[in-house]
Amino acid sequence: MSCACPSEAHHSADGQLETVIDASGHDQYGRPIDYRTLNVEIRKAMEEGASRIIIKGVMGQRYIASAATAKGLYIGIAGTPGNNLGAFLNGPTIEVFGNAQDMTGNTMSSGRIIVHGNAWDVTGLAARGGRILVKGSSGYRVGIHMKAFGDQHPTVVIGGRAGDYLGEYMAGGAILVLGNGIPGSESPIGLFAGAGIHGGAIYVRGEVGEHQLGTGAAIRPIEEADRATIEELIADYERSFGATVDRDWERFKKIAPISSRPFRGHFDPTPI
Amino acid sequence: MSTAPKPSESEKKSDRIILDKFQPVFNRDACQMCKRCIKECSYGALESKGNRIWYKGGCVACQRCAAMCPTRSIEIRQVPSQMAPHATYDDRVRQAITSQASTGGVLLSSCGNDGPYDHIFDDIVLDAAQVTNPSIDPLREEVETRTYLGRRSGKVTLSGDGCVAESDGSGPIVAMDMPFMLGHISLGAVSYNTQKSLFMAARNLNIIAGSGEGGLHADFFQYADHINSEVASGRFGVTPEYLKRTAAVEIKIGQGAKPGHGGHLPGEKVTDLISSTRMIPLGTDALSPYPHHDIYSIEDLQQLISVLKESTEYRVPVGVKIAAVHNVGAIASGIVRAGADFITIDGFRGGTGSTPRVIRDHAGLPIEVAIATVDRRLTAEGLRNRVTVCAGGSIRNSADMIKVIALGADVAMVCTSALVALGCRVCQSCHRGLCAWGIATQRPELVSRLDPEVGAKRVTNLYNAWNEELKEIMGAMGIDSVESLVGNRDRLRYLGPNPKIAEAMGLKHAGEGWG
Repeated sequence: MSCACPSEAHHSADGQLETVIDASGHDQYGRPIDYRTLNVEIRKAMEEGASRIIIKGVMGQRYIASAATAKGLYIGIAGTPGNNLGAFLNGPTIEVFGNAQDMTGNTMSSGRIIVHGNAWDVTGLAARGGRILVKGSSGYRVGIHMKAFGDQHPTVVIGGRAGDYLGEYMAGGAILVLGNGIPGSESPIGLFAGAGIHGGAIYVRGEVGEHQLGTGAAIRPIEEADRATIEELIADYERSFGATVDRDWERFKKIAPISSRPFRGHFDPTPI
Repeated sequence: MSTAPKPSESEKKSDRIILDKFQPVFNRDACQMCKRCIKECSYGALESKGNRIWYKGGCVACQRCAAMCPTRSIEIRQVPSQMAPHATYDDRVRQAITSQASTGGVLLSSCGNDGPYDHIFDDIVLDAAQVTNPSIDPLREEVETRTYLGRRSGKVTLSGDGCVAESDGSGPIVAMDMPFMLGHISLGAVSYNTQKSLFMAARNLNIIAGSGEGGLHADFFQYADHINSEVASGRFGVTPEYLKRTAAVEIKIGQGAKPGHGGHLPGEKVTDLISSTRMIPLGTDALSPYPHHDIYSIEDLQQLISVLKESTEYRVPVGVKIAAVHNVGAIASGIVRAGADFITIDGFRGGTGSTPRVIRDHAGLPIEVAIATVDRRLTAEGLRNRVTVCAGGSIRNSADMIKVIALGADVAMVCTSALVALGCRVCQSCHRGLCAWGIATQRPELVSRLDPEVGAKRVTNLYNAWNEELKEIMGAMGIDSVESLVGNRDRLRYLGPNPKIAEAMGLKHAGEGWG
């Protein structure tokens, strides 16, 4: 960890403190700089009151900005961050100009993660608030066990397709899969969608068959309130990526829980 | 999901003959008809009719009515008086079949495994010092019970004048005055007053107490220096603040009472208090997935350990808790290599607020064998000195604690004993949420029966007593520091029926000396 991770702070035209961190360096063995070094620089910039942190040359460093707590902070990432980007995130906006790996936004509380590419498996695991927007596709087990409480309402938008076990164990919040670039004959989601779901909703633009649903999930009609939720999510997606999405409402499907108490009746509490 | 139709009244009536196990018997001469027992019985088993108290059925033998009766005129008896004897189809087997034939459900239970397995602890005897190694009087001389939780330094380098010049790899540690910690009992499984009692006791005793997986209520942030925050698969209440206000963080992979099983807090228990602490919608089932879906391998576990260390900025030790299962030695080795600062092994008698009975009673390993296996495996691989090893799963008294330490644990994890100190009578009905002692319940009128001040005092008393007994035993063994007892199998002998068990634990048989 002896290698340097240079950073430079300056005030932008509007008086905001912006810190630019160059993560493209290597250690004495030629490896990309350690995530610990990078996170120390990020935390230092946060302590100095930066409102924008730009990280250049990211090469697979994991755990970037984990548990970062700062409302209004913007973290821009050029390159490819590693697993667990923005885990336990609480407040900041992270924008990735590239792909993200596994466990993006793991157990996040609030904030935004915007990925201008794909995000792989287990995106948004156990999120209890905040928003994750992925321009492209995501992998297996997206939005597992998302929750909701009070004004915290986690949302995940995937532009392309998502893999199996989408929204497994989901307890709250909303997932939207837009299916951009997916032929109409194919489903943009995999199998076991919403397995064990007991709260929240999954919206899919494209084909969804009964055989793709997991235990406890059902296909429900899109109501007026759903349409408002979807409209807001699509508008955010369009703003974030400069894209246009058709409001072809007849193509949208909603996957929702059959019950908020999926295990009622499964157990026998008789004392033996 | 089971959709069995409800049993008919006649079915219920005939089943009751087998399923009703206990019955309060009243001394009618002494009874004053104050009806206190009816008020106390949260299971609704009693009623008054015609100037008499009558038993309606459903007694769980929690003893609350008997304890509260001002004239002590209630006695709990076992029923039925006699079924036709059968050693294979014993009463309990018949009860389970009868109940499931009626409900079609997975039988639930709570507390720990109550099966008739041998207690290996009871087959182990302790050594004492005689003549050649003098014993120590702990009332006159210092016998050190202070214990550290966290990553130990692997290598210490001394300077020329004998001072520690460099210690390699030492992580953050937590000092505890006694070699035990209170296990994880979540808010949800138990009441607010129960958790408060336990946290207050942990502070009094200067040890740490587990938060359980249900998050941490804001009122309990004041006890943060004595709390071990759990990160379980449900991630309930796991926020940056939760991770920062803590003495240690523990990833829960498994629990001795339900190895491989997730958690399930039924919606009835998800009250306002639980909903806000766990940060989930009111009245919904709180489900903890069976695995962590970001951990399918040791390499994945390493990532969760690393991200928790990053998130806590390396200020607190990060541990991993697993249930004692058949391959526990290799798994523990992987956990240490993944970077855990401490590991906790929970034996198959460990407690729970709710678990399928079939898992509770049939899965896992006894802690005695598991801890000895883990200690030997880690020692053989040169890893043991890096970590703190904690062991729990029915540590019933100070003797069990001493034996588990001598079998290889640094810290004994205790739980059920603390609840018994609070009033629990081990009736194994926690999963019903009706605890008449105000422990395993969320009903305000029941929760208020437990006074946290009194509870904290009793738990403090209990473990102070155990620690004094530990000192007495160590003194008698001629050992002046609990660290010298860790893994010290030479001070134990096996006096049980199965020498293979002794071999698995690395113990000599009674009668075998040093030479």
